[in-house]
Amino acid sequence: MNRLRRTGLALLGPVLAILVALVVSGIVIALIGEDPFGALRVVADLGDTPSQQTQSIVVILNRAVPLFLAGLAVSIAFRMGLFNIGVEGQYRLATILAAAVGAAVTLPGPLHVLLIVVVAMVVGALWAGIVGVLKVTRGVSEVISSIMLNFVALGTASFLLTGPLRGSAEGQSIVTTETIPESGWFPSLNGLLTGLGLAEPRSELYGFLLVAAVVGILLSVLLKRTRFGFDLRATGLSPSAARASGVDASGMVVKTMLLSGAVAGLIGLPELLGEAHEFGTEFTAGLGFLGIAVALLGRNSPLGIAVAALLFAFLDRAALPLQFADIPSSVVTIIQGTIVLAVVIANEIARRLALRSAERAGSSAAAPPPDGNGGGGGDSPTGDGPDGGRRAATPVAGEQQGAQA
Amino acid sequence: MRRARRMKAAALLLAGSMALAACASDEPESGSGGGGGGGAAAEELKIGLAYDAIGRGDRSFNDSAFAGAEAAIAEFGGEYREVTPNEDGSDRAELLAQLAEQGYNPVIAVGFAYDEIIADVAADFPDTTFAQVDGSFELPDGTSKGDNVTGLIFAAEQGSFLAGVAAALKSETGRIGFVGGVDVPLIQTFQAGYEAGATTVNPNIAVDVQYISPAGDFSGFNDPARAQILAQGMYSGGADIVFQVAGGSGTGVFQAAAAAGARAIGVDSDQYQTVDDPALQAVIMTSMLKRVDNAVTAFVGSFVDGNVEGGTDLLYDLESDGVGLATTGGFIDDIQGEIDGYRQQIIDGDIEVPTTP
Repeated sequence: MNRLRRTGLALLGPVLAILVALVVSGIVIALIGEDPFGALRVVADLGDTPSQQTQSIVVILNRAVPLFLAGLAVSIAFRMGLFNIGVEGQYRLATILAAAVGAAVTLPGPLHVLLIVVVAMVVGALWAGIVGVLKVTRGVSEVISSIMLNFVALGTASFLLTGPLRGSAEGQSIVTTETIPESGWFPSLNGLLTGLGLAEPRSELYGFLLVAAVVGILLSVLLKRTRFGFDLRATGLSPSAARASGVDASGMVVKTMLLSGAVAGLIGLPELLGEAHEFGTEFTAGLGFLGIAVALLGRNSPLGIAVAALLFAFLDRAALPLQFADIPSSVVTIIQGTIVLAVVIANEIARRLALRSAERAGSSAAAPPPDGNGGGGGDSPTGDGPDGGRRAATPVAGEQQGAQA
Repeated sequence: MRRARRMKAAALLLAGSMALAACASDEPESGSGGGGGGGAAAEELKIGLAYDAIGRGDRSFNDSAFAGAEAAIAEFGGEYREVTPNEDGSDRAELLAQLAEQGYNPVIAVGFAYDEIIADVAADFPDTTFAQVDGSFELPDGTSKGDNVTGLIFAAEQGSFLAGVAAALKSETGRIGFVGGVDVPLIQTFQAGYEAGATTVNPNIAVDVQYISPAGDFSGFNDPARAQILAQGMYSGGADIVFQVAGGSGTGVFQAAAAAGARAIGVDSDQYQTVDDPALQAVIMTSMLKRVDNAVTAFVGSFVDGNVEGGTDLLYDLESDGVGLATTGGFIDDIQGEIDGYRQQIIDGDIEVPTTP
C-alpha cells in the first residue's frame, strides 16, 4: 500500500508536468492563430502507409537512443548531487577520438567495434574525471569546471578535426575524420523490424539501441543493488550523513564522475557506428545539454529516462510534419521547454505532498521514519536499501582525509 | 540539507533555462504560397525548399533562396513548401525525403550541409529533380550525387575580392576587418577573396580576421552578440570597415559599426534593404551579393521548361552576375569605376582570385 502510494506520487510529478505543458502549448498555439487540436493530431500521426509509419518509428528510436544515453550520463552525477554540465564536451571529444582510432586500425568485426566503444568510454571518463579531481583536491565547483571544460573540449575537437585528424581533403565544405572501415560498423536492426512484420523503413535502425538498453539495465542494477550504488545515492541525499556513516566522499566524487563520463562517451556512438562512420563538422551537437532536460524529466531513474528520451524523440519527429501542416515547428520546442519547467515545479509539489503524508503517517503510527525523498530521487534508499542496516556500524579509515579535502 | 535543497532548486532552474535556451531558435512560420494560375493540378509546380540551419528570417542566405522561389512562383504559378531543419540539423535527410515523398518537385536544398544527405536521398527518389545551393553535384571523392542532382555554386571569392577592393579604397586607417560565422572552407573562400582584393589595392593594408565559432560548432551563424564583441574589438583596434560573412550573426557587426561610427559590409542579400533599422542602414557601405535568388529562379525556370540536365554544376560568378556588390545607399558610387575595372580583369582572367586564405 505504502509502496503503491509512493509509486503513485513519483508518477504524479511527470504526468502533471506533461499535462501542464500540453495546456500551456495549446494556449500558445491558439494565440498564434492555429488549431491546438489539429497540431496535436499532426504530432500523433506517424504516417499514412505502413512504411511511413515504420520510418517514423525508426526516426524516433534513432533519436531516443543518444538522448537516453545522455540522460543516463547526467543522471548518474545527479544521483550523487553532482551536476555534470560537461556531458556535451565529454561526448564530442570521446566521439572524435574514437572515430580516429576506429579509422586507424582494422580488426575483425566485433573486436573493432569493441575497441571504438572502449576508447570512447575511456576518453569520456578521463575528461569528466578532471572535474572530479578538481573538486576533490581543489574544491572547484563541478558546475563551473564542467562548463569551462566544454569550451576546451569543443575547441580541442575542432583543432583535432581540422588539424591532425583531418581525413577529408583540403577545401571541402564538410570537414571529417577518416572513415571507419566496414568492420567497425554496427549492424542495423532493420532485420528485426521486418521480422516483427513491420514494413521496411527508409532509414536504418541503430543497432546501438541494444547496447544502450544493456547499459541502462546495468546502471539500474549498479545503483540499486550494489554497495557502490548505495553509497552514491546516500551521498547524494545527505553528504554529511553519508560521511558520518563511513562513505569515502572524495573517492565517490571521482568515481561518479568517471562513470558519468564513461556513459557520456557513448552518446555519439549510435550515429558514429550506425550511420556516419566518421566524425565531422556536421556531427550532431547539443545532445549533452538535451541530456540534462531528459534526466530531469526522467527523474534520474533509468526507466524514467528511457520514457523521457522517447517522449523527446517523439516530439522532435513532429517538427517536420508540423511544418507540412503550416504550423511552426517551434511548437515542439515550446512543448519540450514547458515540460522541463513544469517537471521542476511538479517535482517540488509532489515532494511536499509525500513529505506531508509521511509526516501524517509518522505521527499517527510513530513507526516508520519520515521519508523526505519523495521528490528527489524517484525511489527511497533509506527504507529498503540493499545493505541499509550495515552502513551505520562500519567506520572507514579514509574518512579523515575525505573530511579535510 | 536545506542548503542542499536550495542548491538543487537553483541548479534545476539553471538546467531548465539551458534547455530552453537550446530550444530558442526562432523559426518563422512556413507558409504555402498559392499564387498564379498554374494549369492542371497534375502539372502544377510544387517547389520543395529545405533551408539550412536557422531557416527563414536570417536576412541573408535562406531569405535569398526564398525570394528566388517566390519569384519563380510568381512567374510560373504553383506552390511551394519550405521546411527548416531542427536545431542540431539531425533531421536534414528527413526533410528532403519527405518533400520528395509528398510530391514536391523540384526539391531544392539550401546549404553545403546537405552534401552527402542529398546524394542518399536522390538515389531513393530517382524521379524527383534535386538541386543544392552551395554544393557541387559531385561528392568530395568525385562520385556524382546522382543524375537528378544539380549543383548551384557561387564564385564567392570573386565577389569578396571586389568587397576587399571597396574596403581598401574606402579605408582611412589602413586597417580593415573580416568576421566569419564558422571557420569552414566555404566561409574561408570569402576571406581569401576579400584579403586578395584589399592587398591588390593597398599592399600594406592590415586585415583583422576573426571567426565566431570553430569548425564543428555552427552556433557562429546565429550568435549576433559574439559577432558584436568581435567587431567591437576590431573597430577599437583601428579598423574602420568590417566585412561580415556570418549569416544570422551579421546584425551584431552592424550594431558594433553603428556604435563605433564606422562602417561594415554585408553579405548574400543587399542588407541595406533587408535591415529595417535606419541606424544600421547608415553603416552598410555595400553588400557582397550572392544571388541565390537568381540561381533558384533560373533553376526552377529551366525545370519548368524541361531543360534540367542533372549531374552538372551551374556556376554563378561575376560574369553571370551571380555575385557582385550592392550599390544601394550610394556609399561606393565614387569608386564604382575602379571596382568595375577590377571586375572586368577578373572576368577576363587577368586576375586569378584565390579560394583559400
